[in-house]
Amino acid sequence: MNVLVAMSGGVDSSVAAALLLDAGHSVTGVTMKLWGGDSDTGCCSVSDVDDARRVARVLGIDHHVFNFGDRFDADVVAPYVAAHALGHTPNPCIECNRHLKFDKLLVRARALGFENIATGHHARIVERTDGARRIARGADHAKDQSYVLYMLGQDQLRATLLPVGAMTKDAVRAMAARLDLPTAVKPDSQDVCFITSSTGRDGFLRSRVPFTAGRVVDGATGNEVGSVDAVELVTIGQRRGLGLPGGDRNPRYVTGVDVATATITVGSERDLLDDRVVLTDVVWSDRPVSGPVLAQCSAHGTPLPASFDATTSTLLWDEPRRRVAPGQAVVLYDNDEVLGGGIAQRA
Amino acid sequence: MTYLDHAASTPVRAEAVAAMLPFLTERYGNPSGAHAMARDARNALDDARATLADALGCRPGEIVFTSGGTEADNAAVFSFADRGAIVCSAIEHHAVLDPVHRIGGRVVGVLQSGVVDLDALAAALDDSVALVTIMLANNEIGTIQPLGDIAELVRSRAPNAVLHTDAVQAFPWLDVAALAEPADLVSVSAHKFGGPKGVGALVVRDGVAFAPRQVGGGQERERRSGTQNVAGIVAMAEAARLTVDERKTVVDRVTPMRDRLADTLLDAVPNTFESGDRARKVAGNCHLCFDGIESEALLFILERNDVMASAAASCASGAQEPSHVLSALGFDRSLAQGSLRLSLGTTTTDGDIDRVLAVIPPAVARLRERGS
Repeated sequence: MNVLVAMSGGVDSSVAAALLLDAGHSVTGVTMKLWGGDSDTGCCSVSDVDDARRVARVLGIDHHVFNFGDRFDADVVAPYVAAHALGHTPNPCIECNRHLKFDKLLVRARALGFENIATGHHARIVERTDGARRIARGADHAKDQSYVLYMLGQDQLRATLLPVGAMTKDAVRAMAARLDLPTAVKPDSQDVCFITSSTGRDGFLRSRVPFTAGRVVDGATGNEVGSVDAVELVTIGQRRGLGLPGGDRNPRYVTGVDVATATITVGSERDLLDDRVVLTDVVWSDRPVSGPVLAQCSAHGTPLPASFDATTSTLLWDEPRRRVAPGQAVVLYDNDEVLGGGIAQRA
Repeated sequence: MTYLDHAASTPVRAEAVAAMLPFLTERYGNPSGAHAMARDARNALDDARATLADALGCRPGEIVFTSGGTEADNAAVFSFADRGAIVCSAIEHHAVLDPVHRIGGRVVGVLQSGVVDLDALAAALDDSVALVTIMLANNEIGTIQPLGDIAELVRSRAPNAVLHTDAVQAFPWLDVAALAEPADLVSVSAHKFGGPKGVGALVVRDGVAFAPRQVGGGQERERRSGTQNVAGIVAMAEAARLTVDERKTVVDRVTPMRDRLADTLLDAVPNTFESGDRARKVAGNCHLCFDGIESEALLFILERNDVMASAAASCASGAQEPSHVLSALGFDRSLAQGSLRLSLGTTTTDGDIDRVLAVIPPAVARLRERGS
C-alpha cells in the first residue's frame, strides 16, 4: 500500500517507517512543522526535522515537510490557553492527535493519493469479529499511548497503521540500532512540545493569559487560609504552592478552582473524593457503550473499574475516587481495548 | 525533469565551471601572497573584478566580493546601523528585512501591483535617514521597483541617506548596470545567474562611507577581510559576462513562454489570481495563487510528476512559511496559502511549459475536491 508515515524525528516513528518498508509498503515520510515558537523537547525544531530527513535517507524513502502551524495554533495552542484561562487542565497532545495527525494530515494524505497514514505511537489497532476496529494498548504497557488515541473512529482506524505498537520500546531501540538509524539513541520526548524547560508552562501562559491572583479557602470552614499568584495554574488535587503552612498532619488538597471569583477551595483527601465524573464531547470507537468499563484519567494513570451511562454521559466509580480535573480526558476501556472517551466537566 | 525554480537557483553554466576548474586544481595560490603562484591568483581576481565591474556598471575598485547575496545585503544594512534611521520596503528579501527589523528600521508598504508605495516612502524619509534599501526585483513575485524615482525621492527628502539595492533577482533579466546606476550600494549573487553558490558581490561606490563587518587580513581594500573564493569569483565573472551578452535574447525567448504559462493557467484553473502587475515583472517570474488549496500539497503532486517549483520562501527546515510579500500586497492569508512560484531560466523550454500545463490544472482540481 501507499503509506504516508508521520516522522517526528524520534526513534519510534523512525522504526515505524522501517517496519512499513519491511512489510512491502510504498513509504513516504513527512514531518509536520506545527510550532513556530521556542521548543526544546518537541517535534518541530529544525534539528528534529533534520533527524527525520536523515532517517528517511538511510531508509531510502522520500521525506517532505508540511507546515501545519496555523492549524496547530488554532486547534491546539489557542484552546490550551483558553482552557487554562478557565482554570481547566487540558491535554494538548490529545487535541494535536484529534486535529492534526488524524484529521489535517489524514485529509492531506488522501488528497495526495495515500491509502494509509502511519505513526510511531505505542498502541495497536485490533479488528473485532464484527469487523469494527479499536485502539488497544501497546505491547509495552509502560510506554502505552492508547490513552491519547481514544478519539479515533472507524474511518480513521481503517486508514491508520501503528507499526511499533506490537513491540517493546527496547525492541524498537534495538531495531533502530541494527539499522544504524541516526535516532537510535535519541532520548524520548517527554513534555508538551511548545513549552520549553527554560520558561515552563508558567512562562508560556503568563504571556498569553492575564493571571488572576486568588484566595485559598477551606471548604469546610469557609476561612481564607492562603493565596496564589495565578488561579489559572492551579489544578484539582494539587497540594503545593497554595501558601499553606507546611508540616500539616492533615494535608490539604485543591478540591475546586473557580477563576470567575478567583477562589481556590481546599479540603482533606476525603473531600477530594467523588463517586462520579460527567463527561462532555464523548466519542466512541465504534458504538456507544453503557455498563461496566475501566476508566483512565491521565496518560499513564491506572485504569479503574466504573460503570458508564451513555445517555447521561456519566461515569460512576465502583468506589469513590479522587476528583478529575475539568479538561482532562477520561478514556473508557474494555480490558485493553479503547471503547471511547470524553472530557471531564466541572463537577 | 522539469525545473521551474530558477529564482531559487539556476544551473551553473558550463563555461563558468570550465573557468573555475583550474583554480580548484593547479592554480591554487593565495591572491594575497607575494610569489608567482599568488600573483597568478591575484591576476585572475583582477580580471574577474574588471569583468564584473563592466557587468554592474561600476569601477573595478568598487566591487567587494562576498560569500553571496545575504552577506552583501547584511553588510550594506549593518554598515549604517548606527548612523541614523534605516528605511526598507515590506517586500525585501529576509537578508535585508531581518537586519532592518533587528536595528529597528522603518518598513514602507507596497501597492497591490507589487511596487513600493512612493507616497509612503516619501513620508518615511527625512534628514535622519542614513540608508534606504529597496530591491530592484522581488524574489517571490518578480516585480521591478522604480529605482530612478526612488533615488530622486531619497536625494530630495533624505539628503544624508545612502541608497542600497538588492539586485540579486534582477541581474539575470535586467540591465542592472543602467537601472542600479542611482544606487550607492548594489548586491548580487552568482548562483542566480549561472555561477556557483557561495559567492556574490556588493558594489560600494567610491565615496560611500562603508564600515566593514568582517575584519582581519584587510582583503578587498579593507572592506571584507578573508581570503577570496578565487574559483567562485572567476566563475561568477564568466557567468556575469555571458548573462549580459545574452540577456536580451534570453528575455525575448522567455517572456512569451512565461506569458503562455500564466495566461493558460489563469484561463484553465478557475479562481486563480496573479500576484503583482505582470507588466512590471522580470521575464522569468510566474506567480499565481490558487484559491482553496495549500501550496505544500500542490508542490508534492508536482514533485511526484517530476516538476520542481516552490511557493513562498522556505525556512531552514524545508517547511513552507507564510509569505510576507503576499501579505504586504494585501492578499488574505488563505489565498496566500495557495501560492505557486514558477520561475523560468535560460534552460527553460516550451516542452517544460507544456509539461507543467498538463500537470497543474488536474492537480489543483483534485486538491480542491479532496481538501488539502
